[in-house]
Amino acid sequence: MNDTVIEARNVSKWYGAFRALTDVSLTVRKGERVVICGPSGSGKSTLIRCFNRLEAHQEGEITVNGIRLHGKMRDLAAVRKNVGMVFQHFNLFPHMTVLMNCMAAPMWIKGVPETEAKRLALKFLERVRIPEQANKYPGQLSGGQQQRVAIARSLCMEPAVMLFDEPTSSLDPEMVSEVLETMTSLARDGMTMVCVTHEMGFARSVADRVIFMDAGLIVEEGAPNDFFTNPQHPRTTLFLSQILKH
Amino acid sequence: MLYADTVESEVLVHKPLFIATVFVLVLSICFMVNLTGTTIGELMRPVIGDPLDSGLYGRFAVAFVIAIIFCLNIALIGFAHLKAQIAIVWLELLLLFLAFFAVFKLSLPFIWQNLPFLITQGVVTTLYISAISLVFASAIGIMAAIAKLSSNGFAYGIATFYTSFFRGLPLLMQIYLIYLGLPQLGIILNAVPSGILALSLCVGAYMTEIFRAGIQSIDRGQWEASRSLGFGFALTMRKIIMPQALPVIIPPMGNTFIGMLKDSSLVSVLGVWELTFLARTLGQATFHHMEMLIAAAIIYWILSVCLELIQSRIERYFARSKVR
Repeated sequence: MNDTVIEARNVSKWYGAFRALTDVSLTVRKGERVVICGPSGSGKSTLIRCFNRLEAHQEGEITVNGIRLHGKMRDLAAVRKNVGMVFQHFNLFPHMTVLMNCMAAPMWIKGVPETEAKRLALKFLERVRIPEQANKYPGQLSGGQQQRVAIARSLCMEPAVMLFDEPTSSLDPEMVSEVLETMTSLARDGMTMVCVTHEMGFARSVADRVIFMDAGLIVEEGAPNDFFTNPQHPRTTLFLSQILKH
Repeated sequence: MLYADTVESEVLVHKPLFIATVFVLVLSICFMVNLTGTTIGELMRPVIGDPLDSGLYGRFAVAFVIAIIFCLNIALIGFAHLKAQIAIVWLELLLLFLAFFAVFKLSLPFIWQNLPFLITQGVVTTLYISAISLVFASAIGIMAAIAKLSSNGFAYGIATFYTSFFRGLPLLMQIYLIYLGLPQLGIILNAVPSGILALSLCVGAYMTEIFRAGIQSIDRGQWEASRSLGFGFALTMRKIIMPQALPVIIPPMGNTFIGMLKDSSLVSVLGVWELTFLARTLGQATFHHMEMLIAAAIIYWILSVCLELIQSRIERYFARSKVR
């Protein structure tokens, strides 16, 4: 039984003349929690945005849930339906209520009937512990609450894998923990996750594997224990000393 | 409302310096224009004698009285509440406006006699030409806006040429071109369809830019979130982008539609029996030009006010998700 969810092989990407990714290879298996870290501009966001093809890669091969991503693909919905994504800036739909934000995709993409979509939405809002905010608009919620709604919105599609693109980077310090707790509890339930984050505490306690990227390359990868206590590469050591200093 | 500061300041119209400045300004303006021959001069006959013989003294007295009344008026309005202030200012301007019309010594019976026809024929025609054009213009606008934002060179080329052409030519020329030019190609349109076509195309070109600006004002993140959930282009546009763009689009759109309502008067050159055409022809025969033109003007104004009200209703509807 093949339990690979995402497989990237020798992926390269350019923005014009700038090479954002260089021969990146990565495999994420079902139920695995992978944390990607690295300095800004190292290509980590670009990489996970390639996994649901918000960005196109130019060389190499990415396979998600057995479907190969390529430019000639007319309908990416089949892939995207199985890949949830949480953004740094939440990107909730401000003109819809929290409930509608969660119901929209199941209803419009999967054709789930309204009552069922509502049940699903409430279930996942419960899961991220804000069912009482269901009828408010995103603008009325705090940053942490908005990010939890964004997580619930993705969960409503019942995806095979969740991608987190710096989910706590634009939050106030006191709201970071509520989002991390939600993510931790998701991880505990066996969700396959790929997280780009600078939260090293989260990486240490939740990740199965930590990947360090720099300048579009995977510099080092390993189990969190080895990674944090015994980094192999000087670039990793430098990065960790900078980020763990304070 | 603008973003108000929390600093409390004295009401502007109660500041002595401001009042004095306004007083001097009004006084000198009224003094420069000889107002002794007006109704106010006539009213002041007991004080200044025969207005026309009163000379500089009379001019000064009239100007002085006007300046006093003006300053007193704004100072008193300063005491009222915001809503009352707005109402009073509107009322006063309206009265001045009516007083201006009264100067023409219009024949009211003539207006009353022709008003029903002006409304049943003229207003109805103006309204349906405008309404149909409005629908077409919006449809053209949204399609051309998408074309202009697309990476399809063909669509982009057509859309930019279209907006450039129809924004660049006077509407009157477009109306003539369509009514008189198309028959050269063997396409013969009646006056009303020609007018509607010209208006739709012209206003559609302006709407294109409004829609484009509205669509572009939406954050990239909304597209990314929609894509990541698997929404296609049409669904994203319909359910995510347009509902958010509309509040941005509505004010300039209202502007354009009010403009179009009045531009529809240009269709009168084709002999369509709309408001302006009727006002001109009904007045001409009996030399009651002013009666009919002013009646038509007021009707246009009322129609525009209706559009303004509709616009503010829509704006309030879209404001509901902006609660904080």
